[in-house]
Amino acid sequence: MERLEPEVALGRSFEKVNAILEKHGYDSANLIAILQEIQEEYRYLPEEILTYVATALRVSPAYVYGVATFYAQFSLKPKGRHIIRVCDGTACHVKGSEKVLRAVREYLGLREGENTTPDLLFTVETVACIGACALAPVMAVDNEVFGPMDEERARQIIEEIEKRSEVS
Amino acid sequence: MRDAEKKVVIVDGQEIPLEGEKNILEVAKKADIDIPTFCYHSDLSVYGACRMCLVEVEGRGLMPSCSTPPEPGMVIHTNTARVLAARKMIVELYLANHDRDCTVCERNLNCRLQEMASRMGITRVRFGERTEKDPKDDSTFALVRDPNRCILCGDCVRACREIEGIGIYDFTHRGARARVEPAFGKKLSEVECVYCGQCAIRCPTAALVVKSEVDAAWKAVLDPEKFVVAQIAPAVRVAIGEAFGLPPGEITTGKIVAALKKIGFDRVYDTSFSADLVVIEEAEEFFRRLQSNSRLPQFTSCCPSWVVFAERNYPFYLEHLSSVRSPQQVFGSVIRNFVSQMEDVPNERLVSVSIMPCVAKKFEARRAEYVHDGTPDVDIVLSAQETIKMIKMANIDFRELDPIPFDTPLSAGSGAGVLFGVTGGVTEAVLRYAYERLTGKELREVEFKTVRGFESVREAEVDFDGRPVRVAIVHGLAHAQRLIQEVREGKRSYDFIEVMNCPGGCIGGGGMPLAYPDYQTVLKKRAEGLYNADRLSPVRKAQDNPAVKLLYERWLKHPGSELAERYLHTHYYSRRRISNEVIRIQEAKSSRKVDVAVCVGTSCYLKGSYNILQRLLKMAKEYGVEDRISVGATFCLERCAKGPNIRINEEIVSGVGEEHLKEIFENLILPRLQEVH
Repeated sequence: MERLEPEVALGRSFEKVNAILEKHGYDSANLIAILQEIQEEYRYLPEEILTYVATALRVSPAYVYGVATFYAQFSLKPKGRHIIRVCDGTACHVKGSEKVLRAVREYLGLREGENTTPDLLFTVETVACIGACALAPVMAVDNEVFGPMDEERARQIIEEIEKRSEVS
Repeated sequence: MRDAEKKVVIVDGQEIPLEGEKNILEVAKKADIDIPTFCYHSDLSVYGACRMCLVEVEGRGLMPSCSTPPEPGMVIHTNTARVLAARKMIVELYLANHDRDCTVCERNLNCRLQEMASRMGITRVRFGERTEKDPKDDSTFALVRDPNRCILCGDCVRACREIEGIGIYDFTHRGARARVEPAFGKKLSEVECVYCGQCAIRCPTAALVVKSEVDAAWKAVLDPEKFVVAQIAPAVRVAIGEAFGLPPGEITTGKIVAALKKIGFDRVYDTSFSADLVVIEEAEEFFRRLQSNSRLPQFTSCCPSWVVFAERNYPFYLEHLSSVRSPQQVFGSVIRNFVSQMEDVPNERLVSVSIMPCVAKKFEARRAEYVHDGTPDVDIVLSAQETIKMIKMANIDFRELDPIPFDTPLSAGSGAGVLFGVTGGVTEAVLRYAYERLTGKELREVEFKTVRGFESVREAEVDFDGRPVRVAIVHGLAHAQRLIQEVREGKRSYDFIEVMNCPGGCIGGGGMPLAYPDYQTVLKKRAEGLYNADRLSPVRKAQDNPAVKLLYERWLKHPGSELAERYLHTHYYSRRRISNEVIRIQEAKSSRKVDVAVCVGTSCYLKGSYNILQRLLKMAKEYGVEDRISVGATFCLERCAKGPNIRINEEIVSGVGEEHLKEIFENLILPRLQEVH
């Protein structure tokens, strides 16, 4: 399995942070867009980077933190390269999404309260509805939706992604 | 439309004329209706979050009275069944999220939420209690933050942002998880808090309170081995009475002395006396700077919040701050070094207590410069609030106390020293000294009315022996920041700038009695009280204070002497604004490596440290050592005045420009890589 080298990623990203700030004219009115682009780069919003952004935009760190924690799309914890979203909307729930979620978490060895694998390859989340209820229970990996799911299929899908990551 | 033409509104059936009121709240006041509020403060922006002030407007339904401007013809009801039910529900919902252990709360009987629950007639809360508890933050000497008592009104958020221009708090997360907290949930000691307590004085509950030293003070006064000396700051004498039903501004100096003596203090002195020393030392320093035309403008340094703010944000102005210690610390030094000898009490037995309007004084007293061999010059700092608590705990009937004078020979301060408690007071006190010192003539009209008042920035020009001297007075750090920006841009120019953190000066201090709802009026009355105290003083100029003369004769020799330098002056340091990890940019793969960190804190960042960082990474490649240098971006190496700074292993190099990097590589980085071979 490919091990990410976060240090190397950080080096490239920090340069990018400055490019993002520049692009937005160091204007705090663009804070949300700036944070979105930074998250794209780091896959989460590191505390030090948020402090740096506050410094560059000349607003208080608390203000940046307030915005970053308000929106569900922002994460202050590192996220995996692949985001697995197990749907737990009504239709999926009735059709056994809980079992699917448990199987996925077990397969990835996630402990209670942990959503990201230590190698930063996967993050597991639940969503309220993906809008593909006909395929319930469904699971999405990044932007691809799979369904109907059972424990075995979910494992296979993740296994495949792991294999692809090793090759690349 | 008869009412509309007459520009009146109807409040609970009563016709009320409109005279430019900003909101229904103000109009209702004229109808003798005090609409309940949490988040409304006349000196902060209108937020409209707490919904306590709902009223019913005919044709519109329930409206928040703080943020609804009155319109001619409006028919307003403040006590309909709908309004009462809504308010009651709101308070119940607040209580659902709030600790209910009122009897053991710091703000017991002094809490807006408690008061509202009582006023709404709430005897039962229909909702369960929150079981999850968040940890308290008591990381600073000044304040304690208890998130379990926070009702998310946002008063602290706005106070810090609007009055101080800092903004250490904000709303974070959302929905049921919403909080008011510092960045990243950090502690107050890890962020830019200046410990002024403007948040705590506006907090309607005990989510933010002054950190109490009452227990330590009791322990000292009850210990017969200890000789306990108190000093009383100017501002508290016109406010402590408020807690005992006396009007704000009433001078209760003698009663406070009497109460402290009853409690068990051995000596009680007046901080206005050390303020007189500050006047003389600071004025002499100012003359020296005027003569050499250096380090101007001179900034005052009495306010500990301003000093720590300057240390974090204005490294280039630290030399401009007066080097004279604050009156608290000057007296602290006098007590440790003079009073102990005068009274023949060894310092181990002597406990020095100061009674202050201020919370930041608690922080100031623990600054390393003021602690010698583990003993601080000032051991205990009690805010006015804590002093009131002690007087109540001692069951003293404060109103009936007969006044007692301060102890001799370091008795009362002059009227000039008393003025330190109000914005503009330091300036006025210095002017009274400077005039006589420079002209050799007696100053007959001692009151400098131009420097008085509550405008955020006031200016005056005074003729100093033919040289026009321009002074500015500012209170509230948000205003101070704007003023200093304009000074730096050359739009304004001064020789002397007085800065106070709190609106109104020390009379608006974070440790003063809570004054709600009409805070502005209370501040003005306290100011009047201090001006009256000055007017009643037999001595109105620092230089005429016999105790000051005695101290110079018997101890310090003369102003600016070596002894005065040692005991009454200090110096300042650059400080970081927020504690943070280093941003790791490049990690060395080899174990033989050098760690380089470039500062990207505000001061260095503005001086172009990012470009230095980029250039450094590029040069590491050119030298072929990129895999042996770990590079990071750090937040403040506390050498701001000399920035940009970079750290190479443990060594800090200052004043780095891109042109120096070649030299740095060849002399500091490459040899270190060879050493480890």
